[in-house]
Order: sequence, then C-alpha cells, then structure tokens
Amino acid sequence: MSSADLTSERDLPSEREASAKGDIAPEHDGPRDTGMDDASLHHWLTRTWRTPPGIIGALSSVDHKVIARRYLITAFLFLCLGGLNAVVMRIQLSGPQRGLVGPDLYNQLFTMHGVTMMFLFAVPIVQATGIYLVPLMVGTRNIAFPRLNAFSFWIYVSGGLFAWVSFALAMAPDVGWFAYVPLSGPEYGPGKRADVWAQMITYTEVSSLAVAVATIVTVFKQRAPGMSLDKIPLYVWALLVTSFVVVFAMPAVMITSTFLILDRLVGTHIFNPAEGGDALLFQHLFWFFGHPEVYIIFLPATGMVSAIIPAFARRPAFGHLGLVLSLIAVGFLSFGLWVHHMFATGLPKLGASFFTASSMLIAIPNGVQIFCWLATLWDGRPVIRTPLLFVFGFFFTFVIGGLTGVMLASVPLDLQVHDTYFVVAHFHYVLIGGSVFPLLAAAYFWFPKITGRMMSERLGRWHFWLAMIGFNTAFFPMHIVGLWGMPRRVYTYPAELGWGNINLFISAGAVLFFLSFVLFAFNLVHGALRGATAGDNPWDAGTLEWATSSPPPSYNFARIPVVTNVEPLWAERGALPVATGLRVDVRELLVSTVAEAYPDIREKSATPSIWPLLAAIAVGATFLYSIFTPWAIVWGAAPIAVTLVGWFWPKGDPEDEE
Amino acid sequence: MNQRPAIDLAGLPTFGLGPRSPTWWGTLGFMALEGMGFALAAGAYLYLATLWPDWRLSAPAPNHWPGTIVTLLLIVSLVPNHILNRYAKQCSMGPVRIGMVVMSLLGLAPFVVRWFEFPALNIYWDTNAYGSMLWVLLGLHTTHLITDVGDTIVLTVLMFTHHGYSGRRFGDVGDNVFYWDFVVLTWIPIYLLIYWLPRLG
Repeated sequence: MSSADLTSERDLPSEREASAKGDIAPEHDGPRDTGMDDASLHHWLTRTWRTPPGIIGALSSVDHKVIARRYLITAFLFLCLGGLNAVVMRIQLSGPQRGLVGPDLYNQLFTMHGVTMMFLFAVPIVQATGIYLVPLMVGTRNIAFPRLNAFSFWIYVSGGLFAWVSFALAMAPDVGWFAYVPLSGPEYGPGKRADVWAQMITYTEVSSLAVAVATIVTVFKQRAPGMSLDKIPLYVWALLVTSFVVVFAMPAVMITSTFLILDRLVGTHIFNPAEGGDALLFQHLFWFFGHPEVYIIFLPATGMVSAIIPAFARRPAFGHLGLVLSLIAVGFLSFGLWVHHMFATGLPKLGASFFTASSMLIAIPNGVQIFCWLATLWDGRPVIRTPLLFVFGFFFTFVIGGLTGVMLASVPLDLQVHDTYFVVAHFHYVLIGGSVFPLLAAAYFWFPKITGRMMSERLGRWHFWLAMIGFNTAFFPMHIVGLWGMPRRVYTYPAELGWGNINLFISAGAVLFFLSFVLFAFNLVHGALRGATAGDNPWDAGTLEWATSSPPPSYNFARIPVVTNVEPLWAERGALPVATGLRVDVRELLVSTVAEAYPDIREKSATPSIWPLLAAIAVGATFLYSIFTPWAIVWGAAPIAVTLVGWFWPKGDPEDEE
Repeated sequence: MNQRPAIDLAGLPTFGLGPRSPTWWGTLGFMALEGMGFALAAGAYLYLATLWPDWRLSAPAPNHWPGTIVTLLLIVSLVPNHILNRYAKQCSMGPVRIGMVVMSLLGLAPFVVRWFEFPALNIYWDTNAYGSMLWVLLGLHTTHLITDVGDTIVLTVLMFTHHGYSGRRFGDVGDNVFYWDFVVLTWIPIYLLIYWLPRLG
C-alpha cells in the first residue's frame, strides 16, 4: 500500500494554501521517527509521553490508560459498596419481621443501591473500559481532549464521594433511584436528601457527557490510516453508538434534576399540579433518559461480546454489517420506549399500544445480534476459556431477562406485576445478565493487556459457576414471589403471607453471588501480583490493542499502525504495516478523515495539566454548595472561570502552539 | 510484533480548520447535547402549555420589546461574525483582532437589554408553572450566552498575545464563530415560545 492510496486529493482543500500565507509563526520542526532505530524511538517517545513523576504529576496525568485504570478501580469499589447495600437488604428480608434495619435506613439502602449501581458503577465502568480500549483499538496515542477526560474522572469521583458521605451522615436520598415527585418534591421530601439525589445526578452526568464527546471525536477523527468505517472493530462501534445515546439521553436527566432542585430550592412550580405544573412531566423527562440508560449500559456489553467471541471462535464475527446495523437500530429505538415504564399511570390507550409495539420491536435487532454470535460460534472452532464461559452466561441470563421483558411490554401483564419483585427479577436478569456478565468476560479477556499478567483460569471457572448458581438462586425465585404479590421496596413482611422460606432461599443465593465477587477480587489481585506473564497477544486476537506490549507504553504504539482488514493482526501475520513521519519530541498523533480514515493532519495532543483537577474541584464545590443556596451558582462562577482559563491558556509548550 | 513502514506522514500539515479539526467535532458534540437540553426544556414548556386550557394561567402577557431587541441584536451580529470567519480562514491577524473585539462587544450588548427582559416577563418564577417555565427558558439561554461571551473575551485577549500566531488559534476563532451561530439559532425558538406562544392562548 502506498501513501497515495490513503491520501485523497479531495481531502486536502485549498485552505491549506491560504493558511500558508497567513500570519502564522513558522513551525519549529523536530526529530521524526522516520528511519529511527527502535531503542532511540522508545527513548524519545517515553520522554515525550510519560506522566510526570511525583504526586502533582500523578494528579496532572492525561494518559487515557492512567485515567481509565483509576476509573475502573473506583467503579469497582462502588460496585462493592452497592453490593454491600444489597447484602444488608437481603439479610433484612431473609425472614418475616426481622429487625436488622428500620424503614428509614431501608429506604436509603435501596436508593443508594440503585443510584450507586446505575450512576457510579454501570455507566462509569462501561465508559472507563472504552476510555482504555477505544484509543488502542483505533490505533492512536491518546483519547481526543485528554484534559476533558481527566476532568470527567475528577467530577465523577466528587459525585460519588458526595453521595456516600451523605449516606454516612444519614442524609442519603431515600426516594428510590428515580426519585419521583411529589415524593421527592418540596412538600413531601423535607431535608436535603432529594437534593443530594439531584446534584449527584448532575455530577455524574456532566462526567458521562464529557467522556461521550471525547469518545465520539476519537472514533471519528483519530483512527489509524486505512480504518475506514467498514473496518472499525465492533466494540468501537458499540462505544460510538453508546456515546451518541449518552449525548441525546443524558441532558434529559440533567433537565429533570435541575427542574427538581429549582422546585425545591427557589419555589418554581414545574412539577406542582396545584400551580399549573405536572407531576407526570417528571416521569416523562426521567424515563426519556432512563430507558436509553439501559442501552447505555447494555450496548458496550454487546460490543465486548462481539470482541470476545471472534477471538475464541477463531474466526471473524459472522454478519459484521448486520451487527453494526443492529447496534445503530437499538440506539435509535431505545428513545422510543420510555413510556413502557409508565403503563400504570393511566395513559391514553393509543399511547400504551404504541409503546407496547415499540418495546417488542427492539427485540428484533437484539435478536439479530444473538443469532450472529451463535453463527460465529457455530462456524468457528470455539476454545472454551473463562471469558467465553461468561459470554455463555450472558446468553442464558440475558435471554431470560429479554423474555420477561417482552412479557412486561404488554400492558395487562405489566399492570398486574407493576412494582412487584417480578420487575426486580426482570431488570436484574437484564442488567446483570446483559451487562455484568459481559463485563466479567471482558475483565478476564483484557486483564492481561492492562496488567501484563494472566488471571487464574482455574479460579475463573470456579468464579463463573459460583456466579451463575448464586445469581439464579437469588433472582429466579423473585419472579415467583413477585407473581405472589410481594411488592418492591418493603423493608419487611408479616409471616402470615408465607413469603419467608422463599426469601430465605433468595438471600442464600445473594450471599453465594456476593462470594463469587470476593473470589473475583482475589483473582484480580492474585493475577496482578502472581499471574503468568501474558505477552503482547495471549489470546491471538485480531484487533489493534493486541499489537502493542502488555501493558501498553505511555505512547501506545511506537509507530501508528496502518489498517488493511477488520481483524488487522490476523490479516498481517508477517509484519504489521505502519506509518512513519511523526515528530517524537512533542506529543504528535494522527488525525484522519471521518469516513475513509485518510491521514490528514499531524495534530498535537494536550500535555499533562493540574488544571482539570482544579476545575473539577471548583465545579464540585459549586454543585455541593448549590443544594443549600441558589447563590452558589453566582459565587462558584468566578473560581470555575479562573480554573477554565488556566486550563485553556497556552503555557508555551510546543503542543500549544501548532 | 514486526513492523514494515507502509506510508509516510511527514508532509501532512500541523493543523486544519473546520470539520478537519477534532475541536470542531467536539464543539459540534457539545452543541448537540446543549441543543438537546434546550429541546427538552421547550418540550416541557409545550407539554404544560397543552395540558392547561388557559395557558398563561391568567398572568399578564409578557412585554416582547426587550426580547425583540435582543433578537435583532443577535441577528445583526451574525454579519460581522461571518466576516470574521472569512479572515480566520485566511489566518490574517489584523482583521481577526478587530473582528474578535467587535464580537466581544456584540456579545456584551444583549446583556444590557437582557437585564430589562426578566422584568418584562411580567411574572415571577414562583407565581405559577407558566412563570417558572419562562424564567427557566430565559435563564438557560442567558447561561449559554454568558459562557460563550466569556469564552469569546478570553480568546480575544489571547489573539492579542504572541500565542495568537498559530494555526490552531485561528481554528479556535473559527469554532467560536460556529458556536456563536448556535447561540443565535437556539434563541429564535425560545424567543417565540416566551413572547409569542402565550399570546395565542
């Protein structure tokens, strides 16, 4: 392949000639990687791309891998905390009239469980996986807008701390993870608990939105030369579609939480029916976000499955185009179903029918994906390792969740089981089956890339069976107890109802499921410290993240790879084609065209900076203060402005000048 | 794994304007999510307006004149904005500096009128839901305006330093022009919703 194949004349408009004549300081050129031997190349790139030493250096890091590792560890800690919430609730419910926790604490427990799992674990961990993998998979050296990415992490941490410190002070939200008005409104939600919910949402959504924009631009503009749209890995497609869903769904929940806090803090009447507002408006706005939210969690998981299955089936994914189109179709359809969360609110019949139909429609592209995966496995020679076991667990569990989903999409059945444990069982099958099992598969699959070591296969198999048995023991009987009429969100029940034995069984399953995560945590630590050395490509997979060392160097690739196939490493077994000509003394990476990924610009990537952390502190403090007084926005504006100017003002690095 | 050089990037430029640059796409991304926020707030307003037969809920109609003047100012500002864009594409420093100063002033001008816009709504945010929604819509757009004008002023100062002589800065000016178009564009539906929809009721 020659450079002429990849550089189209139409992509080089006349602006370039015009700009050459403009008032621009001449470029200070530096050493290039062309013809440089491997040792000096490594030496130069390490010096240019490293995260500075020391505590300030660590806090200034803009390396996507460093940020992603922090994100992953933080999200895992929140998973543990949310899981402990669940364990306490299950102990309380293990028998009738138990007195471990009272109603007030129980309300906080289930709210914190939901909020933590959705906003502090599920969304951040799928985005964090993307922050780590997307730049590696598209063959670039850092994520687009690396400082924005660092900022998003600090905002996320401050949101999580805010929620959990509130919980420690017994002022955690107690209104359910969706905080419906009027319960959360000024009349029925005294104190600061609902405000904590509202502002925690604002923190985490700002963070998710920032990551979504950075991911979209990375995929659009920083792909390796030759990675045209049809050669983008399926996992990257999944993250791209997810990021678009985030961009259009998350503003809805920010609007909802902002309206709520305005009603509570300054006396607006947006959700107050007595003064021309409407309580159902809250539910519409919330679920306009809340339903796509499910797919924000699920779509990246399907991307993980699409990456893992080809590696273990030893053939490229069957129906690549069908899989991509399914992802896009699910992304669009996810915006057309929100009302099925509101069937019990007395909607007009036509509306209910429409949303029943659309809810069933989304099963079609999801079904297409499942059949493509099955076909890939059928036609391949599957090698059964732990990641693939968890993918099988995903199939089994998610399909059950999907079937109860189709049941719940029909209004008469939904009305019958609304707010019962049947619904709890359904969404745990969908969320744990559809997202957590693929995440566990992904953990075993990409752990060697992140740490350079393997996790134990034997412990992995124990983990898988313990998780499958524990999960199904805990959640399958919830369908039954739900059909018997046990409502969600009750802190106890009388013995006469006869729910005692089945609840004891459920709690035993929950303990098993919890123990499976203890085993997983042990396997993670054991693997990181004692695991066998992994090498660059332990699974002999075909995508670009496996072309570099494990763990990857700060600059990801010594030379930017050139892509010729959807599984580039399988297509170029002899030697990977690479691009040369980039500077090595400044952070230079390649910007390419959106559709064809023709090389276009040698772009400078931002250098480490402490300012994103300072900006996050200023923004976080403003959000925190704003639950007490609206003037916080006025007083907070100055420090936010100062830190943002500090962030963007050029400091004289060569990276700032071009 | 083994490598073989296949293409050479040494001749590529170090910056590109408009859709060639990642910053332009980032700006577009933020426009999309902010636009979505506006659309949802407008949707909430229309949802409430259709719910109540007597929308405005017996409040007096707003005085549209301050809002109309803001609208005219914003529309007029598009002309120098696009002249500025042309010079930014040519990377020509003198006219760009003048243009940035003009755009900073044209950004500040609507604030003066906006000060009179809030009382001209003829209702407070805590009177009823109609008042709440007017203040929310106007407040959202004012926040939008403040952030963009702040950004414009900082960039104007930057263009008067030696940091300005860089292709990337001229690209920033282009993106600032692009964003200002968006600020003006989002105002039009909000203006109609605030001042003219209540007159229909």
